[in-house]
Amino acid sequence: TRTRESLSTTLGTVVALTREVDDASLDDLEFALLASDIGAPTTNEIIGRLRDRALRQGIASGAELRELLKAEILRILTSVAKPVYAPSNPPEVVMMVGVNGTGKTTTSGKLAALYRREGRSVLLCAADTFRAAAIEQLEVWSQRSGVDLIKTKQGGDPSAALFDAASAAKARATEILLVDTAGRLHTKADLMKELDKMVRTSDKVVPGSPHQTLLVIDATTGQNGLQQARLFTEAAKVTGIVLTKLDGTAKGGIVVAIAHELGLPVRYVGIGEKIEDIIEFDPVAFTESLLG
Amino acid sequence: MFEALSDKLQRSFKNLRGQGTLTDENINDALREIRVALLESDVNLDVARDIIEHIRAKALGSTVATALSPAEQIVKIVRDELMEVLGKDTARFKFASQPPTVILMAGLQGSGKTTTTGKLAAWLKKGGHRPLLVSVDVYRPAAREQLKVVASTVGVQIYEGKLSETTGTADVLRLAKEAFREARNFANDVLIVDTAGRLGIDQALMDEMAQLKKELNPSEILFVADAMTGQDAVNSAKAFNDLLQITGAVLTKMDGDSRGGAALSIRKITGQPIKFLGTGEKPDAFEPFHPDRIVSRILGMGDIATLLERA
Ligand SMILES: Nc1nc2c(ncn2[C@@H]2O[C@H](COP(=O)(O)OP(=O)(O)OP(=O)(O)O)[C@@H](O)[C@H]2O)c(=O)[nH]1
Ligand SMILES: Nc1nc2c(ncn2[C@@H]2O[C@H](COP(=O)(O)OP(=O)(O)OP(=O)(O)O)[C@@H](O)[C@H]2O)c(=O)[nH]1
Ligand SMILES: [Mg+2]
Ligand SMILES: [Mg+2]
Repeated sequence: TRTRESLSTTLGTVVALTREVDDASLDDLEFALLASDIGAPTTNEIIGRLRDRALRQGIASGAELRELLKAEILRILTSVAKPVYAPSNPPEVVMMVGVNGTGKTTTSGKLAALYRREGRSVLLCAADTFRAAAIEQLEVWSQRSGVDLIKTKQGGDPSAALFDAASAAKARATEILLVDTAGRLHTKADLMKELDKMVRTSDKVVPGSPHQTLLVIDATTGQNGLQQARLFTEAAKVTGIVLTKLDGTAKGGIVVAIAHELGLPVRYVGIGEKIEDIIEFDPVAFTESLLG
Repeated sequence: MFEALSDKLQRSFKNLRGQGTLTDENINDALREIRVALLESDVNLDVARDIIEHIRAKALGSTVATALSPAEQIVKIVRDELMEVLGKDTARFKFASQPPTVILMAGLQGSGKTTTTGKLAAWLKKGGHRPLLVSVDVYRPAAREQLKVVASTVGVQIYEGKLSETTGTADVLRLAKEAFREARNFANDVLIVDTAGRLGIDQALMDEMAQLKKELNPSEILFVADAMTGQDAVNSAKAFNDLLQITGAVLTKMDGDSRGGAALSIRKITGQPIKFLGTGEKPDAFEPFHPDRIVSRILGMGDIATLLERA
């Protein structure tokens, strides 16, 4: 029986047992991370760190391991968080960018309503002059949120629309200007150049703007999200992420890889199609749901 | 930026020079590389595992009667396996015996349904058909205006209809019914129905989709999916397929640099073929699906052609 074994044997058994338990649970955790789109490189690194700690500290249970994993992910997500820089003089220009169909226009509308509810003055700019009925779509959001919209005609120059909107915001001393841009794949050099031109236009009218450039990423996005974040940051200096469609079954784990590899924080989360379906990013709640 | 899988395989076999055969030991490294490549390409975890086991079995059972090195043999086995999963031939398009043929577009929010509706219409028109379009997306702001613009861009007819005060499923079903009648009365041989984006877990909207299917008896139910989709592709594809028995899928936004591994996940989980690829925002950026394109993205461009010459 156990009592008759030497101390060293007992310790040996405990260590061996712990390792066994840990390996099985580590595999479980690795599976959970990969299945939520965190991606192999970031997953390997997280699991590697956990394995080290497990061996050093002799973690007793899978539950404990899970808590450590949560702490690791939380550390990645919170270490990149930065306070939002607000200019001393209005307007603060916030630009929505991203690949096609992620939720830029919807997020613009939701944010307009959110800032309005907070009592700030807001202006919307329809700078997607390309996609069919994109302007009409933002017009509906402008009505819903009770926020004015500056637009140009379909097929017009998006930089011209932005110039008008930024000038108007400046003249009216509007606190926040929200700019909805057309969806574009990060691989299209000409469209990325157009974005760069918009950034420069904004800076010309309101020096130092855009103050925030939010990359809107769909929670279902797989490993391509990293490349999106990389190239949009190159072209338009992304300052943060909006993770949309988190009300679906996708976990949005790609933002962990983006935080880890590119240092970009998540700012907002989209959780539905209605005007109030946007919340500030909560790393704890996000991590909980990531691991199920 | 990614090292092509075929290069990695060459590398992992380098220290095995002289070994002409594939053994249990020397393929384990390779299988690990393949697993990573599949995951990096967004192939679902379970699907990848399944594929790996097939590849292992094939690799161990393969006889070495070709001029290929072990690495090349593996690449060829992987290629063949991926081609097999995706289905070698481009899928055929089904038409109803009694016109109009109804095509129902389905999918998550923002996947590309409305754009693809226009592309499909243009493609059918070019093939001598007279499609009629209808949008039953009564929910998203300006969704119906969007399809109207798309229809006029590609020069096909649209049934607009009118919305009631309280928009909802009743309107959706009525619009669909009216459009069907319109198509029949005005000799449009195809009716394409663009629907609102919805989540597979949205009970009410999924139920609406089932009712639409019952009402329209469509010949084709196309699941429109974004090529950048990750692991979740199996969940949404399964939800739509379980409810609607889709007849195929369209993979959009293939003009980017995503690897499109979702195609394998969707194909495996639904058993239905990928029928078309969307390759841009314009109406003509649309092509029938050929598996080589995705397979070569996962393996690394150019390898396949070279290999085929030598095999
Ligand atoms: N379920 C859900 N749907 C969302 C969310 N955010 C946006 N959507 C839907 O996603 C679809 C695309 O949203 P848009 O706002 O048009 O996306 P976009 O990025 O402006 O698209 P483009 O301008 O075409 O590139 C619409 O059907 C929205 O209703 C969200 O948080 N949850
Ligand atoms: N680059 C590229 N963009 C595409 C492709 N297909 C669609 N898009 C774009 O993706 C965005 C969404 O397309 P939609 O057709 O509005 O998508 P949807 O599924 O109808 O969206 P909802 O109705 O809101 O659910 C738009 O910006 C389209 O221009 C494609 O093959 N390539
Ligand atoms: Mg938009
Ligand atoms: Mg649509």
